[in-house]
Amino acid sequence: MLSREPNPLELALYGVMWSEHCSYKSSRLHLRRLPSKAPHVLVGPGEGAGVIDAGDGIGVAIRIESHNHPSAIEPYQGAATGVGGILRDVFSMGARPLAVMDPLFFGELDDARNRWLVEGVVSGISGYGNSVGVPTIGGELTFDQCYSANPLVNVLAVGALPTNRLALAVASGVGNFAVLLGSSTGRDGIGGVSVLASAGFAGDDGAASLDDAKRPSVQVGDPYEEKRLIEACLELLDLELVVGIQDLGGAGLICATCETAAKGGVGMDVDVTAVPQREVGMAPFEVMTSESQERMLAIVTPENFDAVKAVCDKWEIRANVVGHVVEPTTMPDGSTVGMLRVRHGFDGEVLAEVPASSLADDAPLYDRPRSRPADLDAVWADDPTFDEPAGDPAADLLGLVVDPAWVYRQYDSQLFLNTVVGPGRDAALLRLAGPGLPASQRGFAVSTDSNPRWCALDPRVGTALTVAEGVANLACVGASAKAVVNCLNFGNPEHPEVMWQLSESVDGMAEACDGLSLPVIGGNVSLYNESGGRDIDPTPVVGLLGVVESLVAPPPGWDWREGDTVVLVGHREAAGETPFPLAGSRWATRRGRRGGRLAGFDASRLVSTFDFVTGEIAAVCAGEPRDVTAVHDVSGGGLAVALAEMAAVSGLGVTVARLAGLGELFAEFPGRFVLATSDAEAFMGRAVNAGVPVTMLGAVGGDSLHLGGLVSVAIADISRQRARSLEEALELL
Amino acid sequence: MTRIAVVVFPGSNCEYDAAAAVEQLGASAELVFHSATSLGDVDGVILPGGFAHGDYLRPGALARFSPVMAAVTDFAARGGAVLGICNGFQVLTEAGLLPGALQKNRGLTFLCQPTTLVVVSTRSVLTRAASVGAELVVPINHFSGAYTCDDATYDSLVAHDQIVLRYRDNPNGSRDDIAGVSNVAGNVVGLMPHPERAMSTLLGSADGRVLLESFVGLGVAAR
Repeated sequence: MLSREPNPLELALYGVMWSEHCSYKSSRLHLRRLPSKAPHVLVGPGEGAGVIDAGDGIGVAIRIESHNHPSAIEPYQGAATGVGGILRDVFSMGARPLAVMDPLFFGELDDARNRWLVEGVVSGISGYGNSVGVPTIGGELTFDQCYSANPLVNVLAVGALPTNRLALAVASGVGNFAVLLGSSTGRDGIGGVSVLASAGFAGDDGAASLDDAKRPSVQVGDPYEEKRLIEACLELLDLELVVGIQDLGGAGLICATCETAAKGGVGMDVDVTAVPQREVGMAPFEVMTSESQERMLAIVTPENFDAVKAVCDKWEIRANVVGHVVEPTTMPDGSTVGMLRVRHGFDGEVLAEVPASSLADDAPLYDRPRSRPADLDAVWADDPTFDEPAGDPAADLLGLVVDPAWVYRQYDSQLFLNTVVGPGRDAALLRLAGPGLPASQRGFAVSTDSNPRWCALDPRVGTALTVAEGVANLACVGASAKAVVNCLNFGNPEHPEVMWQLSESVDGMAEACDGLSLPVIGGNVSLYNESGGRDIDPTPVVGLLGVVESLVAPPPGWDWREGDTVVLVGHREAAGETPFPLAGSRWATRRGRRGGRLAGFDASRLVSTFDFVTGEIAAVCAGEPRDVTAVHDVSGGGLAVALAEMAAVSGLGVTVARLAGLGELFAEFPGRFVLATSDAEAFMGRAVNAGVPVTMLGAVGGDSLHLGGLVSVAIADISRQRARSLEEALELL
Repeated sequence: MTRIAVVVFPGSNCEYDAAAAVEQLGASAELVFHSATSLGDVDGVILPGGFAHGDYLRPGALARFSPVMAAVTDFAARGGAVLGICNGFQVLTEAGLLPGALQKNRGLTFLCQPTTLVVVSTRSVLTRAASVGAELVVPINHFSGAYTCDDATYDSLVAHDQIVLRYRDNPNGSRDDIAGVSNVAGNVVGLMPHPERAMSTLLGSADGRVLLESFVGLGVAAR
């Protein structure tokens, strides 16, 4: 590639750029199998964020990332800088960030360190997200032993832009300047992508031996700098003052310069002495690889530089020319190669000189060994569906109801006056509106879903069902699913079982996306989630983006009314041989049972149900008269938890006469919805016309929940338990 | 048409929301950057929510030194209507335009949730079209929202009918459930809840309208 030995600086640049985190060298081979095309996709995978055409001249950008390892070491800053990083990905596309969601996974709360991690991560998201001025509209909260020393902190961001402001991270125009915007560069976060993100944790005893020496690799965030950076960058794009723009994230300046140069097919000279430095005596490799936060790289023509500087001065952010776009170099064989040169002064010594594309695109591609876990058949055979004693189903139900309000109360979920359905429901629903956007009556909906319990049993089917779960969540707010993003959190790729899980999971996602006609428009892979040699359960997180064509009235919530009829919409029984599988359910996990076979995934059984529910709810959103008064997707905890949550929110009970035993109470498989209607006859008629299975469950009334003679519990008890369980577990009450 | 200036400090984030709410009521809104030394020809001023200057040091502590605050102070002294929402309330107390201070919430966490407010006084520019005792559902969104003041200040607030709004169920530990106060004349008001977030049932509540209608109505007589 260089035809010579690289010098130490060049070696350091390859070290970070070819890290697992930056190069996806273990996963790229598999990710190619995901479908990514659809007519409404404006930007697919590989850019800062995926973008779809949402109609009315508005593009919606979406991106998901992980900040797992920094958050394990330093939860507040780890989570805060995760938010900051994803926002830069979104506004680097020219989109104003409108919403953030945070799927979080921690170890069990009987451990003090895990409680500390929860409080630190939530306050980090709250502290950064609120102050940077982007609403946090939802997320997920999962507790499991496997995340004890390696919590997962994923973050998804959505932004919107007039489609004509779409910006790409391309350097072009020889003679143009590469301008570094925002913070000065310090020694924080050096090697974040390699030391932290691309290696597991050493200790096998959790807290005691977590490697404290990694703490300096965690970046430190400044939301106030980021807020001004957002405003300045969007103003620069509005005024058409930049040719291309890219954020500085993992691997810092070297990543931004080599990627923009490689995409533009040009060379770039970077002067390390021109980079404003926070500390004295920084070595060139530190300047080039620092992950100091709140920085962007803009490509600017020389004649526009003064105007750029004026905008940056207004917003009190730095703007320094650190690079020049130069002609590609002609090689002896006549081909041209854009060279990235790191120099001491633009006319000074060349410290490193490598083909930009070799850093950005030529990382090795690994086909790592894969093997099906040897114990999988034994795990499948240990199925709680058939031999777990019923015990006390009412106590189980009370043990499964959790209201995460303690978390989301700490997030500003309402800024920009868009939030129609905020955190705590099936999906978030927002008006598609924001400063600088064309007027529109549309809305967009977002949900994040994951199910490590399912994916541990069967990563292929588990991932497919997770995608379906996301589509079901969007249906509850009347939104048609338009695109998927994913964050694939897995263990150590050097373990063949982990690579098998990853490959299976990708196939399951591809199958579901093909079956449900969804493009995957972006993603992130987080590997080496392990500690003490133990890998986490496979945790693919699926982000779903949907659109509501007319949003003038809020969709029904979970609160049904006295006298309503409660119905189950969708196939009552799961696809496959077992009608009500309990394997992988929250109920089984609570009983300590972690084996068995999942329900099957069959897209053909789902599509008409999803379309019907989406249509019913979308009609309410459009202001049409409808008899549907409440809707909730059956998900974690099964039908029993869905009914309990609706009863708790409305303060009214329901009596369900017949259920097919314990399995129907707690089995989890997507494709079922609980709806309440004020006109059962009309509703059933529409369902039958649409060819959608529908089952009458019971009538709303009373102050207790009675489920098929198996469970009778007072709503007051459900409400109290729901409200208290999280804070109690965190020892805050 | 009533003209409202909405002040933008670096770090403000509710400026667009405040402007949209005012425009929804038929008034015009102009964003005025913090470096401005004049507000222009306006009928009222809103200091919006957010984190002015990053809230570094203390919420509002740096914003009071922004050039625009001299103009705001002068405008208030001439009887102009000034409204501070959330961070804007914090700025007004730091600038000495309103009595008391806002300290961290009782539970030491940020709180974003709906609250029920009770109208206490209709003397202020924010409540002149409301009725005493009316209950309004308006969300809060703050970390430092617990109103506090010394006993002498409190006695004076009561004596001059300066307590404008109270929480029905105190969420943050504010003294005497105080959610908003005015100056003695009633032309300068600050409140921690966000009336601009309660302008439409689509978003959960339209109870903030009566407050902002009062404010943009300005000279309009009480109902």
